[in-house]
Amino acid sequence: MDFELTNEQQITKSMVKEFAEQEIAPKAIEVDRNARFPIETFQKMGELGLLGIPFPEKYGGAGGDTITYALCVEEIGKACASTGLSYAAAVSLGASPIYQFGTEKQKQQYLMPLASGKTLGSFGLTEPNAGSDAGGTQTKAREEKDGYVINGEKCWITNAQYASTVIVTAVTGKTTSGKNIISAFIVPTDTKGFKITSPYEKMGVRGSNTSELILEEVKVPKENILGDRQKGFQQFLHTLDGGRISIAALAVGIAQKAYEKALHYAKSRKQFGNPIASFQAIQFKLADMAMEIEAARQLVLKAAWLKDNRKPFKKTASFAKLFASEMATKTCNQALQIHGGYGYMREYEIERMLRDAKLLEIGEGTSEIQRLVIAREIGCLE
Amino acid sequence: MNIYVIMKRTFDTEEKIVINDGVIDEDGAEFIINPYDEYAIEEAIVLRDEHGGEVTVVTVGDEDAEKELRTALAMGADKAVLIDVEDVDEELDHFSISKALTAYFSKKEYDIILGGNVAVDDGAGQVASRVAEGLGINQVTTITSLEIDGTAVNIERDVEGDVEKIETSLPLLVTCQQGLNEPRYPSLPGIMKAKKKPLDTIDLDDLDLEEEDVEAKTKTIDRFLPPEKQAGKILEGEVDEQVDELVQLLRNEAKVI
Repeated sequence: MDFELTNEQQITKSMVKEFAEQEIAPKAIEVDRNARFPIETFQKMGELGLLGIPFPEKYGGAGGDTITYALCVEEIGKACASTGLSYAAAVSLGASPIYQFGTEKQKQQYLMPLASGKTLGSFGLTEPNAGSDAGGTQTKAREEKDGYVINGEKCWITNAQYASTVIVTAVTGKTTSGKNIISAFIVPTDTKGFKITSPYEKMGVRGSNTSELILEEVKVPKENILGDRQKGFQQFLHTLDGGRISIAALAVGIAQKAYEKALHYAKSRKQFGNPIASFQAIQFKLADMAMEIEAARQLVLKAAWLKDNRKPFKKTASFAKLFASEMATKTCNQALQIHGGYGYMREYEIERMLRDAKLLEIGEGTSEIQRLVIAREIGCLE
Repeated sequence: MNIYVIMKRTFDTEEKIVINDGVIDEDGAEFIINPYDEYAIEEAIVLRDEHGGEVTVVTVGDEDAEKELRTALAMGADKAVLIDVEDVDEELDHFSISKALTAYFSKKEYDIILGGNVAVDDGAGQVASRVAEGLGINQVTTITSLEIDGTAVNIERDVEGDVEKIETSLPLLVTCQQGLNEPRYPSLPGIMKAKKKPLDTIDLDDLDLEEEDVEAKTKTIDRFLPPEKQAGKILEGEVDEQVDELVQLLRNEAKVI
C-alpha cells in the first residue's frame, strides 16, 4: 500500500488548485446567478491540457491517469460546481467513449480536438422516457445505403450547445429475442436537422450548459458508428462507470469547500460569549463532515486506482458515486445549518453549494440506480 | 544563451504556519516555489524562447525540493540541478547557500543568472547578491523589465515605487520583482514531459567543498509569529477633543511622538 501521490499528481493538483482559485472561483456566483456557461474558462482549461488528461499524447492528450483527472475534478468542483460538472462531462462522457471504442480514424478526427481542448464533446443518452433504463430508448436510426438517418429527442444533455460532436444513442433494430439493439453514433453538431436548445431553468449547477436535442432526419455516414453496432448498450454502461468516478470527485470538491467555509465561520462567529466552534453541537457536525469527506475521497481514489490498474472498478465506482453524492448534500446542508440565517443568504454561497450538490444524487445514475448496480455486483440476484 | 535560475522551495505563507519551539512545523505546511522565483523562471523561459539556449534551474536543499524543480521543468525549463545538503548536520544560512551556489557557478559557463528579489519565508534577499559578489559579476536587483541585445542589457528596476533605468552587460545576475511578468501555469503536457527532463543531484563533494566551507555565519536564536492584532480603539466626541486625545495616546500610550 502507498497513499503518496506521485510528483506529477502533486504538481498537477497544485497547478489546478491555483488556477481554480484564480480563474474559476471568482466567477462562481455570477455563472450561477445568470445561468451562464463560462466558455472562456474552458478555453483556458483546454490550453493547459486539462481536457485531455487521461488520453495519450498521440491523440492530443496529456497521458495522465484517472487519479490525476479525479484530483483535478475535485479542485475545479471546489471552486465552482457548475464548471466542475461541465468539465467532468466533457472528459468522461464527451471524449472518453471515442477513446475507448473509436476507430483510429475516429480518434484522429474527433478525439484530437476534444483532448487538446479546442472544442467540447457531449453525450446524448437520456430521453424523456429513457435514462438508466435504456430499453425505453425511442430515438431511432434507420439504415440506408450510404449511412444512417436518425430521428428522436434527447433531454438534459450536458454541454451540447457548446459541443462540436455529440455521441447519440439510437435504436437500430431488434435482437432475435425482441430486445432493442442500441448503437452509438458520433454526430457533428452542425449536421442538418440537428437542433440544440437550452430551455431549462435548473435548481443548481446553473452555470453548466444543459441542452435539449431534437434530431429530424439527421444523416450520418456508416463510419460514424461508434464501436460495435450491436453493443451500444454495454458501451455506455462502461462509459457511465468511468463517469461516476468523476461525479464522486466533484461531490468531494463541493463538500470540502462547504466544510471549510463552515469551519471558518464556526471559529469566528461568537454567541453566548464564545465562538460557536467551542460548542459540542457544532463540533460534532464538523467532525462528521471532515470524516465523511475523507472517506468519500478515499473511495474516489480507490476507484480511480482500480481503473488505472485495469482491474474491475464498477462496484467501487458506484460506491464512490453513491456515498460521495449523498455525503455532499448532507455536508452542504449541515454547513448551511452552522451558518444559520447567513447560510440561507446567497452571499454566503452555501445555499448554492447545496443546490449544486443535489444534482449529483441524480445525474449519471440516481442514488437508487447506484444501489441496484451495487446489489447486482454483490450477488443479490445470483 | 546559457540561462540559469536560482530557486528556493519555501512554505506557502498564505497557508497557516505553526511554530513549535522556534522551529516551523513542516508537517502541516504546504510547500511551493518562492513566488518571486516564479518570475525568474518565467523570464528565463521567455529569454530562451527569444534568444535560444537553455534554462537550468538550480536549488540548494534536500530531495523534497525535487517537486519544485519538476514544477519548474513543467513550466518549460530544460534542466534542473539539486545541490543536496541533506547530510549536512549544522544549520545553514544565507552565507552557506550562496557559497555552495558560487562554487557551482564558478565551474559553469553562464550568460545570465536570475533569482527572486526575496524569498517569502525569511525575506532576507541575501543569496542572489552574494552569488554575484562571489562570482565578481554585475548584478541588478528588483528588476521589472529586461531587454537583451547581444551582450548589452537594458533594465528597469523598481526603486521604492519609482523606476530606475540601467544599462549593463552580460554576464549578469538579476533578481526579479513583481511586475516583471505573469508566470505561466505548468500545462499538463508540460508536467508529463518534465518527468523525462534531466534532474541532476550533486553534493558538496562534487563542488570541492567541505562542511566547514559552508559553515553558517549567523545563528537563529528564536522564531515566533507576529502578535495577534488587538481590536482598535474608536475615539469619540468633538473633532478637537478627538485630536487632543489622539495626540495624548500617541505620546503617552504608544510612545511614538
